[in-house]
Amino acid sequence: MFHIYCPYCEELREEEEFHPKGEAHIVRPKDPEACTDEEWGDYLFFRDNPRGIHHELWVHAVGCRKFFNVTRNTVTYEILETYKIGERPTVTAEHLAGGDKQGNVQVASGGQQTVGASGAAVASVKGERA
Amino acid sequence: MSDSTATRANVYDVRPKTEVPAESPLAWSYHTSGRPSVSQKSRVVLRERAMAGHMILRGGAIVLDEAVRGVLGFGLPARPNTLSLSDDGARSIQWLSPDEWLVIVPGGEEFTLERQLREALGDAHYAIVNVSGGQTLLELEGDKARELLMKSTPYDVHPDAFPVGKGVTTVFAKANLILRRPTETRWELVLRRSFADYCYRWLLDAGAEYAIGVEK
Repeated sequence: MFHIYCPYCEELREEEEFHPKGEAHIVRPKDPEACTDEEWGDYLFFRDNPRGIHHELWVHAVGCRKFFNVTRNTVTYEILETYKIGERPTVTAEHLAGGDKQGNVQVASGGQQTVGASGAAVASVKGERA
Repeated sequence: MSDSTATRANVYDVRPKTEVPAESPLAWSYHTSGRPSVSQKSRVVLRERAMAGHMILRGGAIVLDEAVRGVLGFGLPARPNTLSLSDDGARSIQWLSPDEWLVIVPGGEEFTLERQLREALGDAHYAIVNVSGGQTLLELEGDKARELLMKSTPYDVHPDAFPVGKGVTTVFAKANLILRRPTETRWELVLRRSFADYCYRWLLDAGAEYAIGVEK
């Protein structure tokens, strides 16, 4: 079982106290009326399913019952950080693809997608591999 | 907002004026599962503090702390997962989440307390909910109380991880409850009414090897 750090309780708790709630940082379109069907459909239904770094929304269901964000590696299941709602992640695919490996995370050079990474960062990784 | 929270809230004493037989959430469990008596061999003793006043306070910590200090004489716990107690230990406030606290006072005080708090809080943005009917409080004492908890919850109850004055909401058996440690020897379990029977029977079963006794 995982021990997950709840940023509100400020301590590590058992995994069974938590529930994952899908992708984090999904911004609701400012003016839904002006959205095309495609934009609105993307917002409502379509989620990234990256191989590698993923920012997720979790809830401390048994405990403080607050939502918070988790940066997780979907390959190794490693949780790289947890942070409060409204904060930005410090560990991102871009940041890791740029050569800064943290916590032994295999990034793009291991054949993984670099969702959220800038074109330059991806190109530099692909260039390394070629 | 000209309408203050206090005037819009429906505050009434839920306790009947006349003598009506009241039963704790565990009354049915005592009836069906019994109450093993406390003996010389009992190394865990279970006691219910039924009919206490439970209230949920929500709002900003600073505003609530000021009001609670004025009314109860002690403030909110300063850190997450901690508990603050009155000098005699009869009243307590526990941190439940960043904007939520559980106040437990002796039964009968909650209505007056709620009114006083609403007066003190005035137009502040807050919520007070009397949840006395929804939960009950069990006390566990004895040298094997911690072992009993170790069998029941994944939370670390070692004194290093769970010092006196700590209180957490966590998993207990297949239910969840609030586990707290107001004194060195005493553990408290705040149970939901709907989980009370299940937890009670779990405690009797898990405590059987320590000859658990239930005080009346």
